[in-house]
Amino acid sequence: MQGLAGYVVRRLLFLPLVLLVVSFAAFYITRWGPGDPISVYSGQYRDPEAFARVRHRYGLDQPIIEQYGIWLKNITLHGDFGVSFQYRDRTIPEIIGPKIWVSARLGVYAFILTFLIGIPVGIFAAVKQGTWLDPFLISVFLFFQSIPVLVSVPVLVLLLTVKLQLLPPGGFDGLFSLSMVIPTLALGLPGIAGVARLARAMTLGALHEDFVRTARAKGLDEYTVITRHVARNAVAPVMTTVIGLSLVGLIEGALITETLLGIPGIGAFIYQSVTARDYNVILTVVLLLAFAFVLANLAVDLVLVAIDPRVRLVDDGRGGR
Amino acid sequence: MTLEATYAGKTVLPPETRTGGESPTRRALRRLLRKKLAVICLVVIAIFYAAGILAPLIAPYGYNDQNLDLSFQGPSRQHVFGTDRLGRDTLSRNIFAARTTVIVTLATLATGFIALPVLLGLVAGYRRGFVDAAINRSGEILASLPGLPMLLLISATMRPRFNGWLQDIGGWLHWQGLTTSGFSDYFLVFGVLSLFGWVGGMRLIRAQVLTLRRSEYVLAAEASGASTWRVLRRHLLPNLMPLIIVSASSSLGAIAGSEIALTFLGVGVQPPHASFGVLITDGASRIALERHPELLLVPGAIIAALIFAFNLLGDALNDVFTPGAV
Repeated sequence: MQGLAGYVVRRLLFLPLVLLVVSFAAFYITRWGPGDPISVYSGQYRDPEAFARVRHRYGLDQPIIEQYGIWLKNITLHGDFGVSFQYRDRTIPEIIGPKIWVSARLGVYAFILTFLIGIPVGIFAAVKQGTWLDPFLISVFLFFQSIPVLVSVPVLVLLLTVKLQLLPPGGFDGLFSLSMVIPTLALGLPGIAGVARLARAMTLGALHEDFVRTARAKGLDEYTVITRHVARNAVAPVMTTVIGLSLVGLIEGALITETLLGIPGIGAFIYQSVTARDYNVILTVVLLLAFAFVLANLAVDLVLVAIDPRVRLVDDGRGGR
Repeated sequence: MTLEATYAGKTVLPPETRTGGESPTRRALRRLLRKKLAVICLVVIAIFYAAGILAPLIAPYGYNDQNLDLSFQGPSRQHVFGTDRLGRDTLSRNIFAARTTVIVTLATLATGFIALPVLLGLVAGYRRGFVDAAINRSGEILASLPGLPMLLLISATMRPRFNGWLQDIGGWLHWQGLTTSGFSDYFLVFGVLSLFGWVGGMRLIRAQVLTLRRSEYVLAAEASGASTWRVLRRHLLPNLMPLIIVSASSSLGAIAGSEIALTFLGVGVQPPHASFGVLITDGASRIALERHPELLLVPGAIIAALIFAFNLLGDALNDVFTPGAV
């Protein structure tokens, strides 16, 4: 198959292979290291006989390859992701469903903050190109991007909770509560620089288009030209690209933010599961994320082609990038 | 671009480049030094690296010199930034933390962001075929893995095994320092960061090689019988320098940040060794936060300043190497 459709189909056909390799690597890495969920669970004092019995019940005493075969068979034939060890035999979807829901809402908040500030700032910087305001604004948000989440969360807690006593120190009680302020800021602020830059570049590209000249020529004021004609062509591609690309950063930020603030989301749960060696949970989450990343990257690629026809995804022998 | 031809084993330069005399890389770096902001960033980074490299000489105390009588002291003449819970000097611990960052960033940069991507990118782009497919597919699989969770997973499960190996090697070499110096922590951190870091750089370099290998000067070199190695080293590598510099510089901030995240999650640098991850994690504890915020703010400000300088420098490098891009 030729062209873009062929590219998409090939990438999608490649997805199962990615998932297979990823699952095997993750499976092997988790079980190869010393310690297993049963020894974490049973703590320091354990009855060797009971320990062996429980290990046998979960099939942990078999060779890793055989365990992988069984796990793969259960998933492909029965859609069974296995049980959690830290949450006594409960099934995985039952546990991670609500946690993903918590993190997803947090992520949406962060995205809203990022776009609400980033897009206007980027467009403004582009309009002010050549003045000191343009590099200054971008640098200010580049500074926010430079603060690690591990620093920004405690500093926000120090400022807003300890000193000003405005907010609760952490936890999660619903979407419309003050406890969402710190995690939203911590996850949303670092992304603004990227969005602003992209919006700036798109705006600069659009400013010299013919339709902008036409809009100016028919006597529209500069504000209307920017908001109606320039911004509209800059916003959509920026949003798709950024959402796709920042998925990784958001998951990593969530891992630390949720752990620090005690938010029961998927980020904090990944950390808990690795510590507890909760094999099946780790595998499911890793596969889920790999699946999401592949699709997000594909979406970003397609948007990039739509924006700039010079981008070449398929090497057709004509060079180009 | 330099235009070169090989004649009878000698490199013959066309007249205009011979009189020009300056490589594009050098010219771009000279332009960089004319930018005030870039120079400030370079100075900040230089101070940080100098402090890190010279840590044992300039730190007033050791990183683990405890004095429980002086725990949680505020800033004073003896301890400029005060002391922590165990009475250790905050300034000295920050200087030694800089040493950790220097080791981790330089080692990760050299392996995962320069050596691996350049080598693999060159080979993939120039040889094409099966090698290219293999490198690209493994890169694609690595890129589709969730970064931090995988780093966490690998470091968590590998650490005991890895320490066991090091103990064996240390015993074999009669060198106890191998396990006590914290070397294993550094190695594990930069090892996992490099393992996941090379994909982006490799793709950039491969794409550039794909373009360059059709250029006249590469075709001319091939036509005059230059070996593959010679084409790669003499003709492709010099023209990849700008790309390598830009992509490596933009990743330095992220490497420094990753050490902090890994250490916070308990799989990076282990106490009592000092690193910004250790210092910030200690400073973020409730008691430190409420009574001694300087334990968080000092390392936090230093690392934020460093990453900020890296990011600004990366932008400036991008500007001077790719003029005309928005």
